[in-house]
Amino acid sequence: MAVSETVIRVENLSKKYVIDHAGDKARYESIRESVTNGVKGLARRLLGRGSANRSPTKEEFWALRDVSFEVKRGEVVGVIGRNGAGKSTLLKLLSQITAPTSGRIELDGRVASLLEVGTGFHPELTGRENVYLNGAILGMSRAEIKRKFDEIVAFAEVEKFLDTPVKRYSSGMYMRLAFAVAAHLEPEILIVDEVLAVGDAAFQKKCLGLMGKVSKSGRTVLFVSHNIGSLTAICHTGLLLDRGKVIHRDDIWSVAKRYSSAGDLGPTQLEPNVFRGPLRTISFQQIILNGRPIGARASVDTTSDLQFVVRGRAIEDVPDFKTTFSLFRDGVRIVTMHDTLDPELMPEGVFEVTYTIPSNLLRPGEYSIAVGGRRVAGDDWIWATDLAVVEVIPIWGPNCDRDDHGVINLPGRGIRTVMAPGVVASA
Amino acid sequence: MSSTKRVITADRAERQYWRDLWRFRELLAFLAWRDVAVRYKQTVIGVAWAIVRPIVTVVIMVVVFGKIANLPSGGVPYPLLVLAGMLAWQLFSTGFSAASDSLVTNGNLISKVYFPRLVIPLSSIAVSLVDFLVTLPLLVVLMFWYGATPTWNMLLFPVFVLLALVAALSVGLWLSALNVKYRDVRFVIPFVIQFGVYVSPVGFSTTAVPEQYQWLFSLNPVTAIIEGFRWTLLGQSDGLTPLSLAVCLGTIAVLLFTGVRYFRRTEQSFADVI
Repeated sequence: MAVSETVIRVENLSKKYVIDHAGDKARYESIRESVTNGVKGLARRLLGRGSANRSPTKEEFWALRDVSFEVKRGEVVGVIGRNGAGKSTLLKLLSQITAPTSGRIELDGRVASLLEVGTGFHPELTGRENVYLNGAILGMSRAEIKRKFDEIVAFAEVEKFLDTPVKRYSSGMYMRLAFAVAAHLEPEILIVDEVLAVGDAAFQKKCLGLMGKVSKSGRTVLFVSHNIGSLTAICHTGLLLDRGKVIHRDDIWSVAKRYSSAGDLGPTQLEPNVFRGPLRTISFQQIILNGRPIGARASVDTTSDLQFVVRGRAIEDVPDFKTTFSLFRDGVRIVTMHDTLDPELMPEGVFEVTYTIPSNLLRPGEYSIAVGGRRVAGDDWIWATDLAVVEVIPIWGPNCDRDDHGVINLPGRGIRTVMAPGVVASA
Repeated sequence: MSSTKRVITADRAERQYWRDLWRFRELLAFLAWRDVAVRYKQTVIGVAWAIVRPIVTVVIMVVVFGKIANLPSGGVPYPLLVLAGMLAWQLFSTGFSAASDSLVTNGNLISKVYFPRLVIPLSSIAVSLVDFLVTLPLLVVLMFWYGATPTWNMLLFPVFVLLALVAALSVGLWLSALNVKYRDVRFVIPFVIQFGVYVSPVGFSTTAVPEQYQWLFSLNPVTAIIEGFRWTLLGQSDGLTPLSLAVCLGTIAVLLFTGVRYFRRTEQSFADVI
């Protein structure tokens, strides 16, 4: 039976990277440290070779570890995971761009991977020339490109500019042409990275439509995206990666749900030094979202309430204190909540403040948390932004307005009134 | 379209690789064509550059070596001697320097698409062959001008052209793979080329070198290629010694074999490093 045939078999796949910390010292090391490291390294090289290969600036990092899974013919798999979970590495291994450290992959069928739209486009070449070049890069033969040429050009809507260098194209035309070439690949296995994340809304719609068509054509597709909404629309099954491991492999809804509820296991204690302000008698220690302490990231689906508990401590009685909780989106402060209307006494000891945001109020997207507080007297305050990011994931309940545009989903709808025939719109 | 089974493991599958290389032969042609097509865009005199540059170089060398230093040319008009040498040297040097840079300049392809990476240096060497073919008529014209009569040796000319290309490839493979990891290579190449013109008999004949030092020139693998050009084109055989030919063939064989091996061993990590 063709349906149950396995076309991708991945066994114990691992990929190790060696990170050279000396390379990004600006980020992770102070200048003094890197200078000392440099001098130490030089000294070691000059004086002895004993410890030469045990350089402290090199660190092993397993992007993927012992990953095994199978994909059947015609299956459309959504690969989900946070940044650094190993999604891109997996795609790169499957598309043979880089080799695994260990383990094996078996692929049955012609593979095409689309990790980027317009790879190899040359700005000086004309649209026509780039179609041929890009097609060849993606693995099409010249005869094949020739056969599909008119179709590609029609899809991209650039007929008039075929003999214009693409550097003179608008970015929309450029993207359309690049995507058109990729769209006319006919592999048995298609591997797609977040190419849909680029371009304007109309273009994204076109891409999504095409992905939908591909997924119905019986081809096997592996699709990585951050956009859970489009994944659930297109894919049948999902693969959840977390820190280089497959932690869930099931139908797409189950995987998306699991992804949205998976907590972040990073350090969950707030660092005192991220807080600014002169107020020293109050400190904040932890943010708890729906019963789980959160680290740098957390996610929640649209159908759940968001209950934030902020835990803190007062070193002594603070007579007139008021806590503040805020959510930012793209730098804009969306939500500000307080625990009291007017400043009140915060007695010495540990305190918790609970802020609740009802479900279906925040539209899907990423929200950044800020926490602080203020005394009325002496303009004494404490404040920290970007403490954690909460991602609201589009998993829709039965009565939702399924839309991820905008920020706030107000209850209620517009009311539609249909006029009787013959009524003319007038000023 | 045949259903192809493919196994990817940590150690490379040799058979599959060469089959892929064959499958991507059109890409090789496309990349070469791209480089040629792009080269002279936005230049005023365009392809004429491929003629102007060698002419200027030849004139300078004729003046310096032929007129000022007054070196012997072995009965051949000095400009012909230099141009034949220049053609060989340029084919080799532009070939290997383009190949050495090729992986780095095509880094965006390497990190986004799979194809046998050998396609890239091969295509850049194909580009230098095209340049060479554009310059070649210049020599034909000059030979008519001086009334030089072609000999049957001419039939062997393609063999030496091929030799120059393979030599460029063997060096280019090493340098291109090294260049991915150690960008120092970029700084070394112009130096090597500048230096190479003088340690190879480009502007003068090997016979012009004092007898006791001639064996030193024979140790330069490029010597046999240059003198081979002169032998097949101009019928001047004094410079092409058996020793130099043996050194040339031996060096190329060793470099090519080890170069392919090194390239194959490192190419799987190109995408991680580039």
